[in-house]
Amino acid sequence: MGLDIKLPIGLMFSIFGIILTIFGLCTLNDTALYERSLGINVNLWSGIFMMIFGGIMLTLYLIKKKQKPV
Amino acid sequence: MSATFILSWIDYLIMIVYFVFVLGIGWALKRYMKTANAFLEAGRSMPAWVAGLAFISTNLGALEVMGMTGSGMKYGMLTTHFYWIGAIPAMVFLALFMMPFYYGSKARSVPEYLKLRYDEKTRGLNAILFAVMTILASGISMYALAILMEKVLGWNFHLSLVLSAAIVLGYTYLGGLSSAIYNEVLQFFIIVIGLLPIVILSLKDIGGWSGLQAHLAPIATSRGFAPDTWTSTWRYTQTSTENPMGVEWYSILAGLGFVLSFGYWCTNFLIVQRAMSAKSQTAARNVPLIGAIPKMFIPFLIIIPGVVAMALMNTPGKGFSLPTNEAGQPIYDYTIIMLLKQYLPAGVLGLGITALLASFMSGMAGNVSAFNTVWTYDIYQSYIRPVTGDKEADEKHYLKMGRYATIFGVAVSIAAAYIASKFGNIMDFLQTIFSMINAPLFAVIFLGMFWKRTTGHAAFTGLLTGFLIALLHHGLTYPVGADTFFKGGWICKFHAYPVEMAQNFWTAIFAFSTATIITVGLSLVTKRKKTDEQLNGLVYSLTPRVSEEKVVWYQKSSVLAAFVLTILVVLSIIFW
Repeated sequence: MGLDIKLPIGLMFSIFGIILTIFGLCTLNDTALYERSLGINVNLWSGIFMMIFGGIMLTLYLIKKKQKPV
Repeated sequence: MSATFILSWIDYLIMIVYFVFVLGIGWALKRYMKTANAFLEAGRSMPAWVAGLAFISTNLGALEVMGMTGSGMKYGMLTTHFYWIGAIPAMVFLALFMMPFYYGSKARSVPEYLKLRYDEKTRGLNAILFAVMTILASGISMYALAILMEKVLGWNFHLSLVLSAAIVLGYTYLGGLSSAIYNEVLQFFIIVIGLLPIVILSLKDIGGWSGLQAHLAPIATSRGFAPDTWTSTWRYTQTSTENPMGVEWYSILAGLGFVLSFGYWCTNFLIVQRAMSAKSQTAARNVPLIGAIPKMFIPFLIIIPGVVAMALMNTPGKGFSLPTNEAGQPIYDYTIIMLLKQYLPAGVLGLGITALLASFMSGMAGNVSAFNTVWTYDIYQSYIRPVTGDKEADEKHYLKMGRYATIFGVAVSIAAAYIASKFGNIMDFLQTIFSMINAPLFAVIFLGMFWKRTTGHAAFTGLLTGFLIALLHHGLTYPVGADTFFKGGWICKFHAYPVEMAQNFWTAIFAFSTATIITVGLSLVTKRKKTDEQLNGLVYSLTPRVSEEKVVWYQKSSVLAAFVLTILVVLSIIFW
């Protein structure tokens, strides 16, 4: 298929990552919110993780695109 | 503890982003959908890793995830047999021995393989059964999704049903099989990333693996089992009374590891279709092998949280409990939902809920896209409007029909969902029927691929009698404590099985053996209608061995298969 799946995966997880990282940063001092997650700011950690994952997918997509001339 | 969640704006934001991407993928693929081949077979262009992830993702529906976490709680690590011995050997067998014939024969579906190998009636029987069952299965996932939305998020049942149907229809109508496959891959990643926080947090809460073992020991001994029963896989399977599942090692090996898993993984078109969409023969063989690698690690994601939930529920102060039904019994299927509620704050919670929604929807889309193909090629093209010879016009016509079939399939699924809401047991019923169809089908396809003498009449009769014997066995036996006739014993209560799984296993064994004996017997007395020439590419002994295409060593099927089997052995030893 003409659409490389790495593009939507990379974009979606980058967006998820950015949303959750910002939300995590804004709730850094909200101990009540993170009581159930054992005091860990899971939003921040998941957000960073997803940004990295999304970034890797986008990079792979760009590398592949460069290799194949249109 | 109630199962209702209160979602905040950030959770909805995540959900909306996901739906935008799902529909966006369909929309982006639309311009490539110019022929029936592109729409129904993804143009046979998928890279092996994409098809491989879709391959296991199809089997990772939400009902599966919820059921397996519940089983993890009820039976402990014994549940991993469904992912290890009950899947991996069959996937390796499919890859090495069956894919060359499925892919190489140029058949576009499993029923079409039956037509090429045997005859029209065998294909017809399989195609019609498959089409009906698949659409019912899609309706049932739709129903389960709507029920979950209603109970967990407090949404309106009818609205949830129509909304999910509309989204699935949207992206399958636009992008066909490619769209379904792409969304399955997306779903795979979102499930892994969405559930990972639960695994880490729940294990941390209970004190890691050793803390988990320590918490589980008194629970196991109080129920009359050895202290480490919940964290063992094979150790307590000498007799059926040593483990909570009530099974012995040989019934796991023969029942789950052979009849049930080979029947499911090697013949179910829903699964095989993913591998058939690969871009080359080697890629097609590698699809199940690439899928097998993440498959073996899925238990860590969905079974271990269930095992932890067992410890949590029995540890006062953790505040973990399951909702109960009218009879006061815990509803184990809600384990994963309650864990999400226990550990995830707003934000990642939205991600977890989206992961469950995603797996429901891709389950439906998978069924609809398999239905499309079987309907268009095996029923419509074969019996209603055969090819005219004008290839271009034909492709256009069948593309249109594939699209109509999508709408029709979704509409019937909605109807099936309402039927399911009237008869709660229809799900058990459907699973039972599926196992009755798959076991004889595996016997017939296996004999067809490896014994050139097998004839069409024999295969057809074998399929039919295998199914009828399974039905008869189900009518005569029942699991102890069965409350409805969906569970068996509807002819008379002739024999009782200690657990339902034992009954399923024996149903499959009887169906498989009958189909094998009848097919072999009749093949010997009926005349072969297909010449050696016609069977070239369909039967092992009549197909010239092709050496593998020149690929890097790690892309060789044999190397991958050896790697997969090694991991299987290592995991089994670690969690013995």
